[in-house]
Amino acid sequence: MKRKSPVSKVVYYVVMIVLSFFMVLPLFWMITTSLKDTGALTAIPIEWIPKKVTFDSFRKLFEIFPFGKAFLNSVIVSVSITIVNVFSACMAAYVFAKIPFKGRELLFGIFLVTMMIPGSVTLIPNYLILRSFHLLNSYLGLILPSFFNIFGIFMLRQSMRQIPDDFIDAAVIDGASQWRIFFNVIIPLSRPMIATLFVITFMGAWNDYLWPLIVLTDKSKMTLPVALSMLNGQYSTEYNLLMAGALISIVPIIIVYAFAQRYFEEGLTAGGLKG
Amino acid sequence: MKGSKKFKKGIIIFSFLLPSLLAFSIFSIFSIGYSFFLSFTDWDIITAPNFVGLNNYSNILHSEEFWKVLGNTLYYMVLYIPLIIIFSIGVAMLLNVKSKFTGVFRTIFFIPVLTSWVAAAMLWRWLLSPYYGPINAILQVFGIPGPSWLYDSVWAMPAIVLASLWKDVGFFGLIFLSGLQAIDPTYYEAAEIDGASKFQRFRKITLPLLSPTIFFVLIISSINSFQLFPQVMIMTQGGPFGSTEVFMERIYSYAFKYYEMGYASAYSWILFVFIFIFTILQWTLQKRWVYYEA
Repeated sequence: MKRKSPVSKVVYYVVMIVLSFFMVLPLFWMITTSLKDTGALTAIPIEWIPKKVTFDSFRKLFEIFPFGKAFLNSVIVSVSITIVNVFSACMAAYVFAKIPFKGRELLFGIFLVTMMIPGSVTLIPNYLILRSFHLLNSYLGLILPSFFNIFGIFMLRQSMRQIPDDFIDAAVIDGASQWRIFFNVIIPLSRPMIATLFVITFMGAWNDYLWPLIVLTDKSKMTLPVALSMLNGQYSTEYNLLMAGALISIVPIIIVYAFAQRYFEEGLTAGGLKG
Repeated sequence: MKGSKKFKKGIIIFSFLLPSLLAFSIFSIFSIGYSFFLSFTDWDIITAPNFVGLNNYSNILHSEEFWKVLGNTLYYMVLYIPLIIIFSIGVAMLLNVKSKFTGVFRTIFFIPVLTSWVAAAMLWRWLLSPYYGPINAILQVFGIPGPSWLYDSVWAMPAIVLASLWKDVGFFGLIFLSGLQAIDPTYYEAAEIDGASKFQRFRKITLPLLSPTIFFVLIISSINSFQLFPQVMIMTQGGPFGSTEVFMERIYSYAFKYYEMGYASAYSWILFVFIFIFTILQWTLQKRWVYYEA
């Protein structure tokens, strides 16, 4: 690329800094609010930086609500959903990529068509199905629909197709079973795509709101977003408390992002396809 | 002999597909049928359902509320979609410039994408607080009296749009960035030799070659807009005076607050029809403006 003129460089940095300021300001406000005492919330003029820094809101958060439990619940649920979701998708994708049978493309087509139906249509019946199996308020019920993940199947099918058939044929000649091929050849060779799906599925599960909101009504079972929305209703003006909770809920995702930035961005750009 | 081998192959295929197939049959296929059935009943979850024909549909379409909800949704879309496309393209073009800090800027724009909508919506409720929030405090510095935002039926929806822009611009920015990076740089070089100005290059090269990405973002963002939910639930719960009532919020309320499963299911099918028509419409119109390199 050709060298930029100093003027356009200055313009670029000014624009970037102004935009970044507006992007970061809300997060800055979230952090400083969580460190304020309740009195400072209604100070006029507003305190950009708290005059008195306190961790009371964090302490109170765990006192008034089983927030530690909610955090743990979120970890358990998100990790389980991610594993179930990606593993099930791997299994199906292997067939769609490498084991031809009559009607395979048709079945794949039917899977794809259901992507058109928005989640809003299946929300109510799925709740009622869980209800009739007495699976409301259970993690099993929450997780079950994740066994079908058309987006994951689609992405993994694309990447598994790239695996040369020779690898599979060689394993067959050595007498390996399909399961063995799946675990020893297919899974290791699909690692980048699996990693990508892992991070974005985890993020989706960690942040999911509507489905856990209707399935989990027991306070001790709630995941973080559901717990936060409940606090939002009950302590609607105690923003130091709410911001402390919001902050805690964001940190794990930021940590995952810090370690797997590339997978995140690849996954989400492709994830746009999901619709 | 051959038959048994074929049988064995069938078993293997079936076992690999089993988890997906089971969940698909129950939570997609059966579920869609069940929802369709429910939409013709008055089931309240306690007493036995009665078949009511098209009553739910006609009641919804004849209610004032429905048209208000549709109007609110379209209002959100009219504000949100053009703005998110313009801002995301802008952000993508800025991120496409190589500098020492590109990585930092990228992360800054991406952090809101990572946060849950519940956390983000709570944060924006506080940012938009009329007296104690920083947004009105900043406006005041410039001598602008800030509105009451979420407490004002005129400003509540724009406020939700503002929060959505902040949250989504990094995501769509990244999508546009990959669109920009796919453009062959020789086009720009050729245009520069011919003396095309920066604006001409943007207008004649960037925009046409980015149009498939714009179309894609348009489709995704309209589908998402029709199903707007957590922002509304956390920030306004549909208020004030129903000015932010939207489809998913209504469906949620009818189904899980009032247990009118039939009515709520019919609502969800009407929503589906709107999404469907809208998507088909955009698909048909794309021929007029989307440029595909052949």
